[in-house]
Amino acid sequence: MRILLVDDEKEFVATLAERLGLRGITADWATTGEAALAKAAESDYDLAILDVKMPGISGLKLEKLMAQQHPRMKFIFLTGHGSVSDYHSGIAEDRVIDYLVKPVNIEALIAKMQAILKS
Amino acid sequence: MTLPAEIVGTAGLEFFGRISASISHEIRNALAVINEHAGLLEDMTLMAEKGTPLDPGRLKRTAGAVLKQVQRVDGIVKTMNRFAHSVDEPLKRVDLADTVELIVRLFARFAAVRQVGLAPESPLTSVSVATRPFQLQNLIGLCLDYAMQSAGAGGTVKLSIAPLPEGGADIRFAGLPVSALTEKPLAGEVAQALLGATQAVVSIRTESGELDLRLPAKIAGGTGGKAET
Repeated sequence: MRILLVDDEKEFVATLAERLGLRGITADWATTGEAALAKAAESDYDLAILDVKMPGISGLKLEKLMAQQHPRMKFIFLTGHGSVSDYHSGIAEDRVIDYLVKPVNIEALIAKMQAILKS
Repeated sequence: MTLPAEIVGTAGLEFFGRISASISHEIRNALAVINEHAGLLEDMTLMAEKGTPLDPGRLKRTAGAVLKQVQRVDGIVKTMNRFAHSVDEPLKRVDLADTVELIVRLFARFAAVRQVGLAPESPLTSVSVATRPFQLQNLIGLCLDYAMQSAGAGGTVKLSIAPLPEGGADIRFAGLPVSALTEKPLAGEVAQALLGATQAVVSIRTESGELDLRLPAKIAGGTGGKAET
């Protein structure tokens, strides 16, 4: 599977990508929505993992833009919100999406990635 | 009809909640970075147990990255602590330079998300005023929201403090496009109640693209505390 990680915390995405690589999962990364769109235009990704709150293009907006260009791409959101209930009430109240709260357990992330790609 | 004191109280809770949520978000981001670096150290250890040689340079860089994030969290917590203690005394003598610098730190994430730069004058002019510190922070926050909205993505809000001859000072939010400035800024009831509570006056200087917040040297006839003079 080919993964694109997008988060404005460079150290976070770069290190997470490295750790996924050690587990045999190819992951590219970007720190802005614009850079992510450019990468998605060049490569076919199966899944994008997006930070919800980023400067410029937010994760939710980025998902809509990417989904228009790549209808088969799947998405997981990452949030720094304090709790799952905060997240539901604050951001994703009008839709059902897959997400994880930071800090992320890499094994839980991989399990979610695999489940989404099988669905 | 809602009394100004009630409006100020409710606005204060909302302001405190907004800042607290932003701080917790920042701490989570730093923890996420620490978590990945710690995980990488664990991965490298597991690989070493299976015969892959450890790279001392890589270990050193990873440990350094963790320490950097710990320092980041320490800075966030110190800022949070200063902010939390601003409600300790309802009336107090404060240094405006310290107050503006604190609000700029607290609003750094909001500015980054809006892609607006915040550029406080270096150093900010130190001016002491006797005021309601928490309400003043709330009011400066509203001014900064207005200024960031006016500046727009790619813009920069320049902050400075200009002492007044009679005491008190103007806090200036400059670098705002004239086309984005409204004739009556901060006209809402929350802003009006906070202006009343701090006896401040807000004005627009279209010729220079500025929002000015004028603060008296001392609040007259304040209740609920004692202003140091």
